[in-house]
Amino acid sequence: MSILVIAEHDNKALNGATLNVVAAAQKIGGDITVLVAGSGAQAVADEAAKVAGVSKVLLADNAAYANQLAENVAALVADLGKGYSHILAASTTSGKNVLPRAAALLDASMITDIVAVEGAKTFKRPIYAGNAIATVESAEDIVLATVRGTAFDAVAAEGGSAAVEAVADVKDAGISKFISEEIVKSERPELTAARIVVSGGRGVGSGENYHTVLDPLADKLGAAQGASRAAVDAGFVPNDMQVGQTGKIVAPDLYIAVGISGAIQHLAGMKDSKVIVAINKDEEAPINAVADYWLVGDLNTVVPELVSKL
Amino acid sequence: MKALVAVKRVVDANVKVRVKPDNSGVDLTNVKMSINPFDEIAVEEAVRLKEKGTVTEIVVVSIGPKEAQEQIRSAMALGADRGILVEADDSQLGALEVAKILKGIVEQEKPELILLGKQAIDDDSNQVGQMLGALLGAGQGTFASVVKVEGTTVQVTREVDGGLQTVELNTPAIITTDLRLNEPRYAALPNIMKARKKPLDTKTPADFGVTSTTKLKTVKVEPPADRKAGVQVKSVDELVEKLKNEAKVI
Repeated sequence: MSILVIAEHDNKALNGATLNVVAAAQKIGGDITVLVAGSGAQAVADEAAKVAGVSKVLLADNAAYANQLAENVAALVADLGKGYSHILAASTTSGKNVLPRAAALLDASMITDIVAVEGAKTFKRPIYAGNAIATVESAEDIVLATVRGTAFDAVAAEGGSAAVEAVADVKDAGISKFISEEIVKSERPELTAARIVVSGGRGVGSGENYHTVLDPLADKLGAAQGASRAAVDAGFVPNDMQVGQTGKIVAPDLYIAVGISGAIQHLAGMKDSKVIVAINKDEEAPINAVADYWLVGDLNTVVPELVSKL
Repeated sequence: MKALVAVKRVVDANVKVRVKPDNSGVDLTNVKMSINPFDEIAVEEAVRLKEKGTVTEIVVVSIGPKEAQEQIRSAMALGADRGILVEADDSQLGALEVAKILKGIVEQEKPELILLGKQAIDDDSNQVGQMLGALLGAGQGTFASVVKVEGTTVQVTREVDGGLQTVELNTPAIITTDLRLNEPRYAALPNIMKARKKPLDTKTPADFGVTSTTKLKTVKVEPPADRKAGVQVKSVDELVEKLKNEAKVI
């Protein structure tokens, strides 16, 4: 078996999600090649070459791939991917943008968000907001799938010594162009990779209160911050902090849900966390049903008290 | 310009589904069905573009059982002009087959804008828009939170990990909607009555040359692993003690 893994990166550094995808590839077994498509991305390719278990790195370095435009990258992936038995990418917005397009170019079905490898062509994936787990078997010659990062332990970023090979092929569809981006800067750990996540919901009341109450707790714990859809829609925090079916999927060691009722769509994004703590004034909140520990009380007094006692 | 919107009939977002005891799927008998929430946002966006004078006609299409015409009528009550129902057993169709049928419809209707939800809340695949883009050779603005049409180009602001990205696409363009694109309106009763009289064509996948079924076989469907029941703690002190000594996570 030969597996092509699409690297996730920002042209400067390899995104940790790629290490989880390589882990899934190892479960399938076979030769693992990582494709780095970008612009000025030599450093990323060098980093990918050091990843444990990777036997080859392909570097497609061209301005056409600078911003991961799906129209260009998918064409490249479909072309290079023809010789492989599997093509995998992370279940990130970038992976979800590019891989289905590549799959259609290869006239192959694709599997989204695999959480377990049952065999070379058999995988498990959540459906209905994580309320059911489907086992899916592919009859395609090339199996394409995105990998849910939190379901696979990352492989070591060091220890490999793969060769880097340049790919000269340039696919520029010329039907789309990058205009701008607004990246939210944060000193905190990345949400999907953090060991501890502190999330706020509608119950925190306002954006100001979100920061007044939750920032000290996240600081104390070295935690990433998340939010429910209600908190994002109300404008308390930016939408890249949304945890849930349509936001980010997290599975930290500790997830602290503050002022979050626990709608189905939110639970879909965090119920695989190791330990869940709910702080809510409502004794009947659905979040309590998945929480390991829940405390009924006013978050405005409970959270500062918790900070002072940690 | 003409806009085509694809809508899917799915279990209502607030229903907690149950897996069938024989593990063949989830039990959808007597469960409330609705338009997929993301598709409702796609309909709303098309209607807003029509209200602005950018879009002149909205065609809504659904692929699924006969009952999916309820969802097409709902979309018409929100402002779509006419509908196409492609009657099919959608459990036999994967995202690729759906994209192929939609490609056939696009070739017939020639819309400049094609709007879809970013994912259906039942299969959570998040694939059809991207696949359709590939089949048509059209640009894709996935996970859209802002759409601006300017002549023969569309600027789409996309929700990506880490923030927002804006891209410009030539028309015809595919747009898949994120939750924050808009707030869908409710259909008013007179509009629901009017929607009953709007034209609705019925087709089959074969009309668009699609006869294949999905190559992905669902072997079984299981409930997710149950979480062990938790405990209510009475004080912050007790919580800190449990987290330190019992759960050992801090």
